[in-house]
Amino acid sequence: MHDASAHNQVAHHAPPTSFIRKHVFSLDHKVIGKQYYGLALVAVLVGMALSWLMRIHLGWTNFAIPGLHLLSKNGAPGNVMTPEFYLQLMTMHATIMVFFVLTTAPFAAFGNYFLPIQVGAEDMPFPHFNMMSFWVTFVAFLVLVSSFFVGQGPTLGGWTQYAPLSALGEVTGPGQGSGVVLWAISIAMFCVGQLLGSLNFITTTLDMRTRGMSLWRLPLSSWSWFITSCMGLTAFAVLMPACILLILDHVAGTSFFAPGGSVINDQVQPHSGGSTLLWQHLFWFFGHPEVYIAIVPGMGIVSHVLVTNMRKPMLSHRVLVYSFGALAVLSYMVYGHHMFVSGMNPVSSLAFSFPTLIITIPSTVIVLIWLGSLYGAKLRINAASLFSLGFISMFIAGGVSGFFLAQPSTDIMLHATYFVVGHFHMVMGVAAMFGIFAGTYFWFPKMFGRMMNETLGRIHFWFSFVGAYAIFMPFHYLGMAGNVRRYQAFTPDYMQPLVPLHQFITIAALVTGVAQLVFLYNLFHSRFWGKPASDNPWQATSLEWSTPTTPPPHNNFGDKLPEVYHDPYQYGVESSLGDYVMQASPEQVKTVHDEA
Amino acid sequence: MATTVHEPPKIDAGRDSTRLPGNGNSRNLVPADGKLPAVRDYSPPPASTGIWVVLASIGMSFLAFTSALVVRKAALDWQHLTLPPILYLNTLVLIASSFALEVARRRIGAFMRRRESQVASPTRWLYMALFLGLLFVAGQYGAWLQLRSQGLYLSTNPNSSFFYVLTAIHALHVLGGLTGLARVVYRLNKSILRKSTLDATAYYWHFMDGLWLYLLVLLWMKL
Amino acid sequence: MAKFFAITILVIAILSAIPILRHTWWMAEDISTHGAPIDEQMSETMAEAGISFLASQFILAFFIWKFSNPRPGEKIKNFPGGAKAMVWAAVLLVGTEVLALGVFGAKAWANVYFTPPSSSAMPVQVQSGQFAFYFRYPGPDGKFAPIHPELISESTQNFYGLDTNNDPDAKDDIVTAEMAIPVNREIHLLMHSKDVGHSFFVPELRVQQDFVPGLDLSLHFTATKVGRYEIVCTQLCGLGHYNMKAYLSVLSQQDFDDWMKKEAAMQ
Ligand code: HEM
Ligand SMILES: [Cu+2]
Ligand SMILES: [Cu+2]
Repeated sequence: MHDASAHNQVAHHAPPTSFIRKHVFSLDHKVIGKQYYGLALVAVLVGMALSWLMRIHLGWTNFAIPGLHLLSKNGAPGNVMTPEFYLQLMTMHATIMVFFVLTTAPFAAFGNYFLPIQVGAEDMPFPHFNMMSFWVTFVAFLVLVSSFFVGQGPTLGGWTQYAPLSALGEVTGPGQGSGVVLWAISIAMFCVGQLLGSLNFITTTLDMRTRGMSLWRLPLSSWSWFITSCMGLTAFAVLMPACILLILDHVAGTSFFAPGGSVINDQVQPHSGGSTLLWQHLFWFFGHPEVYIAIVPGMGIVSHVLVTNMRKPMLSHRVLVYSFGALAVLSYMVYGHHMFVSGMNPVSSLAFSFPTLIITIPSTVIVLIWLGSLYGAKLRINAASLFSLGFISMFIAGGVSGFFLAQPSTDIMLHATYFVVGHFHMVMGVAAMFGIFAGTYFWFPKMFGRMMNETLGRIHFWFSFVGAYAIFMPFHYLGMAGNVRRYQAFTPDYMQPLVPLHQFITIAALVTGVAQLVFLYNLFHSRFWGKPASDNPWQATSLEWSTPTTPPPHNNFGDKLPEVYHDPYQYGVESSLGDYVMQASPEQVKTVHDEA
Repeated sequence: MATTVHEPPKIDAGRDSTRLPGNGNSRNLVPADGKLPAVRDYSPPPASTGIWVVLASIGMSFLAFTSALVVRKAALDWQHLTLPPILYLNTLVLIASSFALEVARRRIGAFMRRRESQVASPTRWLYMALFLGLLFVAGQYGAWLQLRSQGLYLSTNPNSSFFYVLTAIHALHVLGGLTGLARVVYRLNKSILRKSTLDATAYYWHFMDGLWLYLLVLLWMKL
Repeated sequence: MAKFFAITILVIAILSAIPILRHTWWMAEDISTHGAPIDEQMSETMAEAGISFLASQFILAFFIWKFSNPRPGEKIKNFPGGAKAMVWAAVLLVGTEVLALGVFGAKAWANVYFTPPSSSAMPVQVQSGQFAFYFRYPGPDGKFAPIHPELISESTQNFYGLDTNNDPDAKDDIVTAEMAIPVNREIHLLMHSKDVGHSFFVPELRVQQDFVPGLDLSLHFTATKVGRYEIVCTQLCGLGHYNMKAYLSVLSQQDFDDWMKKEAAMQ
């Protein structure tokens, strides 16, 4: 009994006709993916602009930045940044980057667009949830940015919002009242958005795969989105309650995180008994998986791009997948490494240190598999593969500094210094950004039907690669010398000699930032005037390159869903097409050896 | 009120293994190279996977609340409060609601599998479940009023804070479940209900039951 | 292009390593008795991380150089040993590295945190608040008078909320804005915060510990070198965070006693 209703299971919506249904409140995962990409693009520009302001201030503390006063009523008298305004910019920079760029672009944007196509489905199973996921996230972004214009401006508490600085209200500093509340509302909404997204990602992967698409035939990018959504499901489900409790401490006078007996401005604050470490535990239980949520999709994308450009499969598909999985599982056991000197029991510090050191093993396996797969490859150099290789280089550079922070004894010297800032910018910030760039150069032809300009892409890459090292490597040196992070100026005597290095970093950051405009230009120019792309410009194998049109039609594959006959990366074979065979092609080829 | 369902609802074969593969949500049938050991030729409808995903994340966030509560209970300012007795009544109501839903689900399930051509009043049982669910939420509201009359507000002490937060968030989830139930009734009346939707809603509803019992013990318990 | 890229990676890797090898920017000299294992741990980690970093960047560069721009018709090759070799390499190399670091690191950590202060250690209290540290010495009676938060007042300079009118213990307590300690004498530092989270970081002393509101924590250390050092706050505590610092004077016993007399006179 082949019944139609089973087919109905697939979100089976007819192509929309009105502008609103097509481009605004769209149910189409491809449109939603592009919306997420657009949001991430706006967010990254805002975040980057904020980092410029911070960098200028750190290099030349009294520099008047023209127009700065427009951003804040009191934060920039004479266009010179006040200390609190620096911290507010820093908090916004970090929150925007971590949540609205690194979670949305590699995971929500590319995942939405390509996960259903790579598994061979028409759409995600719950398109309404999917649409809500984007719009909730979008409103969350507006709420966050709106805090610039409410009360005393955004919160200055850093993206970690440690209590009780975050819980006692405006008395602790400008923006610690309405700013924190808006921050927490925004993040709680963001959690809802990502939970809805994760629901769709998981069910898509488990239930929507087309005929022949076994789990092991999923491309690495799909695997990484799937694993990431499993992490997101648990991590965001913990952050949201924490945000709710934080909001209540503000608006309802409860004392979840606000301890008793705090004296501010000679006034004893009206709270009692709240636990400040509770916030840290809840936050980092989310926070550590979050950094893997930011980076694992990048790893998947980079693997996917690299395989295509190496023209050979990875040394082992499965070992990579298992390693991603190991990262996901271990990421929940290590979160305490952020709290070594926070007054946690010193025995717990050791207990968190070992899993943290152990998590370097799957990371190393991943890097070694990448390196080993490069051996004997027929490597193509293009913007996408350059960014993928750059990702590997960055991930190594940022990864090794993790060894220092994983040990409580060395962390004594490095905790809360620029060493940490250098570490996470390389391993999470830049690496994930490179993953986004690699994905963009690689998939742009499929998403928009046009090629991006290769020369501009390479220019963009050179500036970004050299620039990222120039900016973030010196952060480590600053940290070794004891330069504390979250300082708007370096008043301790021993930090004075470090200011020239800060000035060097600022110049590097500005140059690198300007180079990003090349990317922006390339993106927009190619969108409208780029060379038309063929269906499969990279001679790739996975299903997104088998769509009947480019960009894919509303239901992705036209009348008939593809059937899958091959493992995802059959390169280096002999087929009628050349050195590869597509997953959806029934052609029998001599396959290269892949371990069982 | 409809006592019988005249038109067969659209059947969703669910785990019926006779279904042909290749419907856009099937798994690998035969690997081209014959390498993969076991292959299944169908996959469950997304709702039946999705519901577990949803429950996992709800469970996770209540675990987070639990850990917060345990930490907070250890502080000196914790004053144990006696639960308003109406809660025990509410508990019975919620369990009864689950029971009614289960009856409805079995009847509709039997009908869908065409075991029976006529089903006695599944909608009546569904309405019953709905009504009892609403009654539960109203009862929770009653519990809040009782607490208020004792002068226990959200910010009075940590125990009352947790009481209001946990019951309110649970009640919100119950209201979500009620919307789901209403949707099931609507779809059943229009004969477009899928078995997987009904099952998912029912699992959710039973989960709310279990969750409530858990919260009740958690709030009742002295550490 | 690819070769150029390979060279860039090499150059960047080497340039990155030079300041580290030359200690251009490095930790301040250690003046504590417990710091040596930490420094050793740091050097060891630096050696292992540095070698891993350079080796993998070199391999990356070499492979990019070697395997890009293949001649047409060239066949792909497989890495001898395959994935298994890689997994073993990772498990063995990193595993032993991790084990070594973990074990020695745990020792260095235990050295600091698992040994109780000796009974002869000199107690000093430090209170952190937005945006200053205040230190308290118990005075001749050796007792710290209890703190009354409601009495804390910046304007009357009662930073600790001491009840000097009624509490005899409070009369001889010495509260200072600068910390002075005698050299080669163990200090038992009792830490609490009056408002939000702060941290106590003295790079030379190899100590960093957060203040956690609602928790009383303590540290103990011995300074071995006379000098003037800085205590900085490393936990974001508000707009004055960058400016929250105090001086730590490590004095000879004689100088310390003089200092103490002077401070006592100023109370
Ligand atoms: C455009 C290049 C970037 C530059 C120049 C830059 C620069 C900075 C600077 C100067 C700080 C403040 C350090 C401090 O005062 O302690 C900072 C903080 C931070 N940045 Fe970036 N950043 C960049 C990109 C990114 C990206 C892509 C991410 C995404 C992960 C990111 C995430 C963060 C986070 C999480 C913080 C910590 C803020 C806090 O302490 O709460 N940044 N960044
Ligand atoms: Cu972490
Ligand atoms: Cu501070």
